[in-house]
Formats: sequence, C-alpha cells, structure tokens
Amino acid sequence: MACPPVSQLSSFELLGLGECGWGDTLLLGLGNSILIALGAYALGFGIGVAGAFGKLYGGPVTKDLAAVYTTLVRAVPELVLILILYYAVPGLVNEVLVAMGRETIVLPQFLTGVVVLAFVQGAYQTEVLRGAILAVPHGQIEAARAMGMSPFLVARRIIFPLMTANAVPGLGNLWLNATKDTALLAVIGFAELTKATYQASATTKAFFTFYPAAMALYLVISLVSIYGFGRIEKWARRGQRDVRG
Amino acid sequence: MTSAISSQPDAIRVTGLHKSFGSHEVLKGVSLTAKVGDVVAIIGGSGSGKSTMLRCINFLETPSGGQIEVAGEQVKMKPDGSPADRKQLERIRQSLGMVFQNFNLWTHKTVLENLIEVPVHVLKVPKDEAVARARKLLDRVGLAAKEDAYPAFMSGGQQQRAAIARALAIDPKAMLFDEPTSALDPELVGEVLQVIKGLADEGRTMILVTHEMRFARDVASHVIYLHNGVIEEEGPPEMLFGAPKSERLKQFLKTVG
Repeated sequence: MACPPVSQLSSFELLGLGECGWGDTLLLGLGNSILIALGAYALGFGIGVAGAFGKLYGGPVTKDLAAVYTTLVRAVPELVLILILYYAVPGLVNEVLVAMGRETIVLPQFLTGVVVLAFVQGAYQTEVLRGAILAVPHGQIEAARAMGMSPFLVARRIIFPLMTANAVPGLGNLWLNATKDTALLAVIGFAELTKATYQASATTKAFFTFYPAAMALYLVISLVSIYGFGRIEKWARRGQRDVRG
Repeated sequence: MTSAISSQPDAIRVTGLHKSFGSHEVLKGVSLTAKVGDVVAIIGGSGSGKSTMLRCINFLETPSGGQIEVAGEQVKMKPDGSPADRKQLERIRQSLGMVFQNFNLWTHKTVLENLIEVPVHVLKVPKDEAVARARKLLDRVGLAAKEDAYPAFMSGGQQQRAAIARALAIDPKAMLFDEPTSALDPELVGEVLQVIKGLADEGRTMILVTHEMRFARDVASHVIYLHNGVIEEEGPPEMLFGAPKSERLKQFLKTVG
C-alpha cells in the first residue's frame, strides 16, 4: 500500500504506527533512550558506590584517583566526553591497529552511549552518595563496629540502608538527568528519542507534531520516575519521624 | 570458692593506656582491672578522659600505647597502637556489650530487629532462636510491647533500655556503659539505672562511666577517679565517696553533689 503524500496526513496519522506513520520510529527511540539511561544509571551507581566509599575510606592513592575522576568528569561537558570517546579514542586505537597491520574497529553505538553516560553519572553519583554516607549518624556506625561487625557487614547492613534515605532525592535528580542526557547521543547518530524525532520531523516537516510528541514522552518518563522515586524514598525513610510534624 | 575465681582470667585488664589526639594527651598511662563479676565505675569531670578510656577498651578509639586484655586474651596492636589483627578484634568486640550515651539504636530497624541483628548476621545464631532470646530480653527490660516499634518513636529511657537489651543479646562477657543516663530527661534516668542495677546484682562484669555518683556508690565494687588523664584516686566506693584523700576528688564530689 502506498502512503498518501505527507501533507495530506493528519497529526494523528503522522504519529500512528505502521507504514505511513512515524509512531514506531519514535517508540523505538524511546525504548533505546530508556535502555541507555537504565544501563548508564546502573553502571554509574556501581561507580558511584565505589567512588564514594573510596573517597571516604580509601587510602591516599584511591582518594586522589577518585578526586581526579570526579573533578575532571564534572568539569568537561558531557557532549565533549561523548565525542572524545566515540571519535577520538577509536581513532587513536585504529591508528595503532593500522600500524600493527590489523583491521580497524567501529565502536558499537549502544555500548558507547552506556559507557560514556555511566562515566558521567558515576562522578555525580559519587558525590551524592558520599554526602549521603556522611549524613549517616556516626553513632549508629560505631554501635555496629563495637559489636564486632566486619567493615563489609557494617557497610551492607547499616551504612547502606541508612544512607539510602539521604541519597534518594539526589539520585532521583541524577536519574532524570540520565534520561535526558541520552539525547546527547543523537550527535553520534544513535537512534534514541531525540534523533528519531529529528528524523521524523525533518522528513515530514511536521516539527510541531513530532517535537511536542517527544516532549510528552520525556514528560511521561519523568512523571513515572518521580512517582517511583517517591515510593523508594518512603520505604527508605521507614522508622524516621515525619519532619513536617 | 576463692581459688576458683582467682584461676579465671580477669574479664578486662587495661595496662599503661596512653591516648593522644594530635599533640593533646588525653590519657597518660592509666590502668584498670575488672575481675569477673566486678562493677568498675569511672568518674571524673568533663575532659578527664573517662569516656576515652572506656572507648579504648574495644578500640572505638585507637590507643596510642599500652595494653588491653579481654578474658585473658591480649588485643594485638601495631607499634602505633592500631589493631594488628582485625579478625581477633572483631571476635573480642563480640564479647563486649557496649551501651552509648546516645543509645545509637539503628533507626531503620525495629527494636526486635536491632536485637537480633548481630546475633543472626555476625554470630550466626538461628533466627528463631535469636528472636526468642530477644523477646526474653525485651521482657526483662520492660519493653515486651515495643518489639515492632522504631526507635525514633520511643522515649529516651525506652531507647536506652532497648540498647541495653541489644548489648545483652550478644551474651557479652562484659558490659561497657558510656554515660548511659547523661542524655536522658531526669524523670527517665531511674528506669535505666534500675535495669543496670539488676545486671550488676546478677553478677555481670561491667565498666561504667557515669555522672551518677549515688548510683556509682550503690552498684560499683571499685571506683576510679580520673583527672586530666591520670588516675587521681581509686578504691572501693565507700572509701572514695566516704573518705576521699585527694583534694581534687573532694572538690569534685562537692561540685557534683
């Protein structure tokens, strides 16, 4: 079936699924955005936990490394980091490979996206988690140590649950950042939501149809996320008095 | 009877303990011996080093020098005083029940969860056994009805009694009390002291840092008066409180009434 010319399609038809609409392109982009954000956030959380504990309890070398990491990453625009990792690093690697007579490589976009954004997330999460750990009442940590808990057990059973309540607001912010930072990956041509929106609107010239649709999708992600983090915070604050009284 | 007791190692023995914070020397070589069943009270003005001394026993503060022995086992220390064998220190800590001035109950856990945390996750006691034991202890400190309460919703006196029960839950060889009633409203002090007195009466070994002079006189078998990091005077309570020799101690007892 041939599609009618774009100018004869309504907004609903443009956003529809199937051959003539761009709905599936957008939804695919949305799916990619969410997957990248989830991957980057989870990996970033791992980096953040390691970074926070390293900064607080690590030796001098660990502390310095963590400080260099968080300072540099937070100083450089994410867009620049993405470009460096996607173009500059493989370029360098490929020059070496060619010199060695090997074949050149192309970085998979999805993986690159996850790694770069996780690298950025990790730096910010390090600071959020460090603050959250510092806000854990020291006496409760002492009580655990005094009863012979190992440092690992103290971290897992006492510090971790107590810091969660302090960390959730900051981590919620970072998650929302992560979902929107995925848009930066459009510059390397990755088909996330922003890139998909651009494609759809550039082809059809229906900018006022596709960009509001993309905004609505980003808004839905945010609303669901805010609700989810609210639930997590409520759970994490069990046992605490309501400060509003 | 006497020989049976004397063949047992001392519950806690502190020898020549030094502690400095930077250039400030807080403890200048203090010693203490608690035999099994002893109740040693440490008294002194603020800044005398009494809490630091207690906290050095389980290495919440790292001593700068000296020796700590618990049940005949010496805590291995590096030359700088820090613990040399983490596993050994953890094992020794598991035999010392500590009660803090600010209770330090874990706020994300209910009272019952506080009590079974270390037994289940550190001492590997089966959970139902730990729960049964915890309930008995809560009953003993008068908190049977509070097992599902979170600490933030209890009075200071209730929290401290729960904290004492938590310390008892690991079945400690000795108890360390760090000013257990100092953070309490006056009307709540009595209920906590009563619980501690009960423990003393059943022959528990305890070291008690306190401001409650009448209580120290009542429960202690030995009293240490600390001043500026040295033991100014020590002896049985009736001596220290009844006929103090040191001018400073006389002055101190006068001011704290």
